[in-house]
Amino acid sequence: MADSARRRRFEQIVLPHLDAAHNLARWLTRNDQDAQDVVQDAYLRAFRFFDGFRGNEGRAWLLTIVRHTCYSWLQKNRPAEVSAVFDEEDHAEESAAFDPEIAGAGGGNPEAIALQNAHKRILNQAIAALPLGFREVLILRELEDLSYKEIARVIDIPIGTVMSRLARARTLLQESALLRSISGLPLVEARK
Amino acid sequence: MNCNEALDLVHGYIDGELDLVKSLEIEQHLGSCPACKVQYDQVRELSSGIRAHALYHAAPPALRARVAASLPREPGSGARAWGWGGMAAALALFTLLGLGFGLALLQPGAEERLAREVVAGHVRSLMADHLMDIASSDQHTVKPWIAGKLDFSPPVKDLAAQGYALAGGRLDYLGERSVMALVYRRRGHVINLFVWPQAADADSSVRSDSRQGYNLAHFTRAGMAFWAVSDLNPEEFNAFVGQVRDQVASAR
Repeated sequence: MADSARRRRFEQIVLPHLDAAHNLARWLTRNDQDAQDVVQDAYLRAFRFFDGFRGNEGRAWLLTIVRHTCYSWLQKNRPAEVSAVFDEEDHAEESAAFDPEIAGAGGGNPEAIALQNAHKRILNQAIAALPLGFREVLILRELEDLSYKEIARVIDIPIGTVMSRLARARTLLQESALLRSISGLPLVEARK
Repeated sequence: MNCNEALDLVHGYIDGELDLVKSLEIEQHLGSCPACKVQYDQVRELSSGIRAHALYHAAPPALRARVAASLPREPGSGARAWGWGGMAAALALFTLLGLGFGLALLQPGAEERLAREVVAGHVRSLMADHLMDIASSDQHTVKPWIAGKLDFSPPVKDLAAQGYALAGGRLDYLGERSVMALVYRRRGHVINLFVWPQAADADSSVRSDSRQGYNLAHFTRAGMAFWAVSDLNPEEFNAFVGQVRDQVASAR
């Protein structure tokens, strides 16, 4: 009975955050299949370590494990990306081109792409091209809406470092050749 | 404060992470330094641009099934062959049983019990692929559909203009009665808003709580009880609850 209670608790606290887990894994691995493998592996680990989980922040706890699993996976399969965690000389356009979902977002008909779609695509490419260590803080903050404190816990760095890393990530985006190529276009076109 | 300090702190300020003293300092600096103000505006625009346009990679349904299937089963469990529907049914049954036992043994406060049910209802709606009976962002479609199913007419408002898009609605069962569950979305996050009639002399103020990583808030207004639940961050969640409350008041 203890086992089924444990599983039930896991289903209530951890399973609902599958979308967040996948979103982070997808942004860190930049590949659909790899992200799914990582998420499945992360859930197995989470289930194994679940007894050690206290408190009610299921999402941040799960994301810590997902991130860790991503890093192990990258270390094994694409070690160059992990060793270049903060390498700002990352070849932006090149590595972003590996992402088929973003590269294919134009539907192969450049003339027909609305300005905003083009812009969206470039923004997503620029984020995907960020070095891993900056990309992860940006995703955790802007897409997962974690507080600095939660991000600090997930990545295991001081809160002050979260702010400076986020500042650097945003500055890199602003300076990115990709985004600069469309500078002058407002970033939020739908805003009234 | 000099510009170098300000350029880092601007990020903490935009993210709502600075304490009062630092916030005042940076506001003062931005008021007197046009260069930093430009940078502040650009970072804020970049941040909202990312939030609006960066891809949110929600988990594909196949992965959901794969993860669920891969978790170790407890020995002798009858749940082995069950799909998500069965699991949800088991959970629902458990909730009802738990409610019965809770009444008999523990007698938790009515509000505590309801809060548990609201969270269970939210989790169930996400697990069982039964988020919505009617998927529509049009309040004029959702409202009549509900009216045909329930003995009351809940106020249905699309809050897309405020950043909380109405995604649809479904029937649910809470506190031993049928209730309306309205589903709103903000980015990847789902908000369940449960509504049912409640005889109350006066409107109550919003009471907030959080459990299992979810934020909860409830209030009564215009003779209806409202319970909202989501994994959205507290700021945006509270803003949503405030919007709902204001809309109900103005509908009167």
